[in-house]
Amino acid sequence: MTTLKVNGHEHQIDADPDTPLLYVLREDLKLNAAKFGCGLGQCGACTVIVDGNAVLSCVTPLLLVAGKQVTTLEGLGTVTSPAPIQRAFIEEQAAQCGYCISGMIMRAQALLQKNSKPTDEQIRAELEPNLCRCGTHMRILRAVHRAAKLMQTADASTTRAERSVQ
Amino acid sequence: MNAPVILDRRRLLAGGGALVVSFSLTPAFAQDTAAPPAPPAPKPPGSLKDAPFLDSWIRIDADGSITVFTGKAELGQGFRTAALQIAAEELDVAFESLKIVTADTKLTANEGYTAGSNSTKDSGTAIQNAAAQVRELLIAEAARRLELPAETLKTENGGVIAPDGRRFGYGDLVAGNMLHVEAQPKSKLKDPASYKIMNRPLQRVDIPAKVTGGAAYVQDIRLPGMVHARIVRPPSYGAQITACDIAAVEKLTGVVKVVRDGNFLAVVAGKEFQAIKAMQALSAATTWQETAGLPKQDDLLRVLTTLPSQDKTIFEQGSQAAAGKTLEATYTRPYQAHGSIGPSCAVAQSVDGAMTVWTHTQGVYPDRAGIAEMLRVPPASVRLIHVEGSGCYGHNGADDAAADAALIARALPGVPVRVQWTREQEQAWEPFGPAMVTRLKASLDGDGTISDWNFEVWSNTHSMRPGGAGSMLAAQHMAQPFKVPDPKPLPLPEGGGDRNAIPFYKFPNARVVHHFIPQMPLRISAMRALGAYHNVFSIESFMDELALAAGVDPVEFRLKHLDDARGREVITMAAQRFGWQKGQNAPRDRGYGFAFARYKNLAAYCAIASEVEVNTETGRPRLVRAVAAIDSGQVVNPDGLINQIEGAIIQSMSWTLYESVSFDDTRITSTDWQTYPILRFNAVPDSIDVHIINRPGQPFLGSGETGQGPAAASIANAIANATGKRLRDLPLTRKRIKGAIDA
Repeated sequence: MTTLKVNGHEHQIDADPDTPLLYVLREDLKLNAAKFGCGLGQCGACTVIVDGNAVLSCVTPLLLVAGKQVTTLEGLGTVTSPAPIQRAFIEEQAAQCGYCISGMIMRAQALLQKNSKPTDEQIRAELEPNLCRCGTHMRILRAVHRAAKLMQTADASTTRAERSVQ
Repeated sequence: MNAPVILDRRRLLAGGGALVVSFSLTPAFAQDTAAPPAPPAPKPPGSLKDAPFLDSWIRIDADGSITVFTGKAELGQGFRTAALQIAAEELDVAFESLKIVTADTKLTANEGYTAGSNSTKDSGTAIQNAAAQVRELLIAEAARRLELPAETLKTENGGVIAPDGRRFGYGDLVAGNMLHVEAQPKSKLKDPASYKIMNRPLQRVDIPAKVTGGAAYVQDIRLPGMVHARIVRPPSYGAQITACDIAAVEKLTGVVKVVRDGNFLAVVAGKEFQAIKAMQALSAATTWQETAGLPKQDDLLRVLTTLPSQDKTIFEQGSQAAAGKTLEATYTRPYQAHGSIGPSCAVAQSVDGAMTVWTHTQGVYPDRAGIAEMLRVPPASVRLIHVEGSGCYGHNGADDAAADAALIARALPGVPVRVQWTREQEQAWEPFGPAMVTRLKASLDGDGTISDWNFEVWSNTHSMRPGGAGSMLAAQHMAQPFKVPDPKPLPLPEGGGDRNAIPFYKFPNARVVHHFIPQMPLRISAMRALGAYHNVFSIESFMDELALAAGVDPVEFRLKHLDDARGREVITMAAQRFGWQKGQNAPRDRGYGFAFARYKNLAAYCAIASEVEVNTETGRPRLVRAVAAIDSGQVVNPDGLINQIEGAIIQSMSWTLYESVSFDDTRITSTDWQTYPILRFNAVPDSIDVHIINRPGQPFLGSGETGQGPAAASIANAIANATGKRLRDLPLTRKRIKGAIDA
């Protein structure tokens, strides 16, 4: 059994310690957001936040995240109560197929938690590991800029994002 | 209504009670039934011509809830939202109140494939007309009950309202099989000037779930008792198993079963990572006999132009005048991959001989036919349900994954089986966009006008989609394999390899030849825009070469050869919004490019102007900005349309600058994102602006694929403008640009 803290809740996971975090999230915890894209750490579809850093869950074994704080897209907000960054992606309609978007949001969220006013260049550089095939890049960039503004105006202490992402 | 409602004859004979209602709505019907057989009536528009019953498209329940049905699939292009906007507009109901059911062989009409930018044209038109006719039926029923002329009634927010304020909800009015009537050829459509829901940038209905971790994809399906399967594919086309130690793998933790049928090999485990480990073990426990059968990757021009071909002159006018300055050029396109971000996935379950498959196929009915053939069962015992996957951009591995899942599920009766391909399998086994060669030759008269035009294109077919079992890998690899169906050229006017090969410009003398190549050295099929991507790249690059030779501005040169008013308008708008100036000079190391096409010569019009920066030290190109103008007929959702064109430009840029499938004499070697690099954020443009020319009340033209060709040529022309060197072999890589600069 491995203890895993995901979105503020503690779970006992019965899986081999070499199991990539991605499969634990998707299968054991039934969380949809982190996506299998390559299993090679090349595309970013599986990105989650671990202790405040964007991490590729497809190449991160369970063993390495035991006891750490894991946040997935589900931990930021919900359909009825979306986090600022989720609102921003909806308002910018920043998706086509949307398969890469969870990873994009998580990497951008990790950036915005460290740097609340990133430049366009900083956002582009940060998102470099993440691939989008539909060509939604312009909207993703706009959504991250919008998220930065929304997060500044939001009452940070009461958002679910701030509670759960450490 | 200006024509009688045509009733379902079977139900009429059976004497269905609800039909009496329909009967009484349409007094003309009684007269018409007595008349002698009339000549075949004109068919209703869009997909209604093949699925004419109104309740195939719109269902209204007694509680007033309304469901829209479409045989097309959501592929990330926003069709679900567009279909709902169309239905809500014509029904006069709140957009938010509608539900929608998409492609499902048990529930929806057979609309073939969700492909060719045809969804709004086919299904959108059907839903629009069905909704309008349903609304008329509801008004007529209310008129009957109120004993008022229908003309005095209006509809609003899901109800019919009388002048005195009395109101019937749609659910109160609909009875029995009232909507089970055939559509009429013509509908009373709303005046576009009165639109409240169409031509509005409504937010897409699927995005909230996608940005919050909702179950949005086939990959997210979790059925009770579901097991996880992985395939062990052959290492190359045609490879045969020579040895396979199944017993050792079946002993591994969690392994439920190894399924082998000839060269089809799969492993099933209780948990996903167990399946992955078992796949690796099974792969290591299997040896294969491989055959070196692939052509030389760097010799595609010779390969394609020397393989046997069926040659057809598809367009000819005037005579071949050999006057003035003559230019010739050859353009090539490599094999390119769909490269979905999520590898293909499907779930299947066989219960009491009935097979259900959840799949991201673009054609639930044709794919069902293929799977039924493979399983040697009647199609009626197989149900395919479309569930969205990662964007496919054409025929990727989705259909194959569906067949894989069905074959494995057959071996595990009752158990739901989820098959997930690996990244490497997706990129080695998906059917690629075919390699192509085009040869162009044209002459300019003394006036700088094109006097004759010759265009030749060499290509495979651009669709090997299922229909037959032999289209799918699982069926090809079985012990009793199904033969790959003979490839066929796709018929014009839409065409396949010759899509957009016939010039949309007016030339006094022109000849176009399609060299259809039946042999397919690599597995290929439909990829977004089919042959139009390369043909438009070729035509629009060559137009710039001719404009340069004629000393005429490229935009002016295009307008000089184009009569079509809508085409001229998108060209003019893109040029104006870009700030295109005759005689302009781009800043140092930058270039401007322009291109135009009408997709398939019958769908949306698109013109794109671009600015590209080239690092002359390294050859590295970057699209700095692009400005597009699009005329897609009546607009349903302007933001959805803009999203599609933005995506087309960026995706086409990635194809055009970076992408080619690589292979040695035996194996595909571009099997991940290192060996098949695509666009990353460092090369994303500064801006993309899309300007729409709406055409109120005009037919929907479809636009999902329209940007691919113009974007490629616009970028190529900008690179030529920046460097003074013309590159004609795709992709226009940093290395090739550097080579051209240094040459």
